[in-house]
Amino acid sequence: MAAAWLNMAIALVLAPLLVGIIQRTKALVAGRTGAPLLQPYHDLAKLLRKGAVYSRTTTWVFRAGPVVGLASVLSALVLLPFGSAPALLSFEGDLVLLAYLLGLMRFFTVVAALDTGSSFEGMGASREVQFAALAEPALFLGLATLARQTGSLSLSGIFASVSGDGWLHAGPALALVAVALGIVFLAENCRIPFDDPATHLELTMIHEVMVLDHGGPDLAFILYGASLKLWILGALLVGLVLPVRTGHAGADNAVTLAGMFALAVGVGLVESMMARLRLLRVPQLLVGAAVLSAFAFVLILG
Amino acid sequence: MDWIHVVLVALVLSNLLALGSSRIGVCIRVVALQGWLLGALTMLVHAEHLTVRLGLLAVANVVVKGAVIPWLLGRAVREAEVRREVEPFVGYTLSLLFGLSALVGFRWLGSRLEVAGPEASRFALPVAFFTIYVGSFLIITRRKAVSQVIGYLVMENGIGVVGVALVGGVTMLVELGMLLDVFVAVFVMGIAICHINREFDHIDADRLNLLKG
Repeated sequence: MAAAWLNMAIALVLAPLLVGIIQRTKALVAGRTGAPLLQPYHDLAKLLRKGAVYSRTTTWVFRAGPVVGLASVLSALVLLPFGSAPALLSFEGDLVLLAYLLGLMRFFTVVAALDTGSSFEGMGASREVQFAALAEPALFLGLATLARQTGSLSLSGIFASVSGDGWLHAGPALALVAVALGIVFLAENCRIPFDDPATHLELTMIHEVMVLDHGGPDLAFILYGASLKLWILGALLVGLVLPVRTGHAGADNAVTLAGMFALAVGVGLVESMMARLRLLRVPQLLVGAAVLSAFAFVLILG
Repeated sequence: MDWIHVVLVALVLSNLLALGSSRIGVCIRVVALQGWLLGALTMLVHAEHLTVRLGLLAVANVVVKGAVIPWLLGRAVREAEVRREVEPFVGYTLSLLFGLSALVGFRWLGSRLEVAGPEASRFALPVAFFTIYVGSFLIITRRKAVSQVIGYLVMENGIGVVGVALVGGVTMLVELGMLLDVFVAVFVMGIAICHINREFDHIDADRLNLLKG
């Protein structure tokens, strides 16, 4: 239990650092020095000191969006196993709850965006929901494959039984799930090639456009929530790809943490090398991810 | 690690790539990859009692299907100056979904069939069916003549998987005859594509319907 509390604290403290690592990697690859690694923390502190401005056309929904978003992603964090330690709370079927807590976060972001009445935000909301609907089958089929392979329905159980042995036994299926989860990870966190977090061209952006009207503490909540979401989906991916079990909890945690930072560097490299996909191509790639997950499920059934 | 399984999974993935890609260059590379995979499969299935005959057969397969035919197709594409399949009859996303449902169906069928053959064939049969299905699907739903030739080759590879995984030992003469047939067929189709292209300035096979009096 102490390990689970420690992991929760690690996630809460280090999640914005992942964003900092991604940005620093992009800057270094582009030949710039870039912002310091701790820049996201400074941004959060600055935003929290400010006051919020609310448009007269918005209602309580607009104010509830960031708060509910942060609350649901924090609840999702409670269900997340990390390293070899189980989650703070786990029960049969908690993987469905995890997916839908992230869904609830998205729903309130979308509703808050629609509440502003701005056409740009409506466009972003529509795209976000469309892509999320396609990413969900990929995530669920991937998790179902893992559940079937490990014979457990809770995230802690699944990630406790994924091991080097499992990779030897069902390597192709697990590799397919890892690829599908990787695509979902990039799509859900609005990274290139699905969405460009740095763009400010309203016609092409997805997530950024939905939060344009939020400011001050609200924006800080949204940014912090997004980095926690990055941490959660990243931890699922790293837990699958790096199932290191040395028998020493501290060593396992260190390896998984190193995996998270490597993942952030990887995302930075992908963003430096790839361009954003055309919006029409995005659904195709997401359906491709779902097909990979489904194929893995078919493989594991045999 | 079961390498036969890995090769079969790679075969399915290459099929899915052929279904979902609009670039003809990618499809040609898929066919080349399948030639290599088929060669590897021949070696792996008979790994314990590998004879010179089987080794030669695998090498011939790789050379013809993995190198010569893709090169011929690449030439035909360059001369006809087509890069992409434009507007197939069934879109790429839908093709992928069709492929997936077929895969599930064949997997079910494979679990129902009693196969008298080596143990490796339990997964090989659905994969072979799936490959044949994808080949015929490409022939039916794509407009460009080159894509249809690619579909034909994918189908041929599927039949090859059946031969390798289930039958075990077809005589060398038959196998070489089949290889020669495929080679000649692709050769003739290449010439046909060139002629269609020269005559009509495009290779959309469905528009040949207009020629009917």
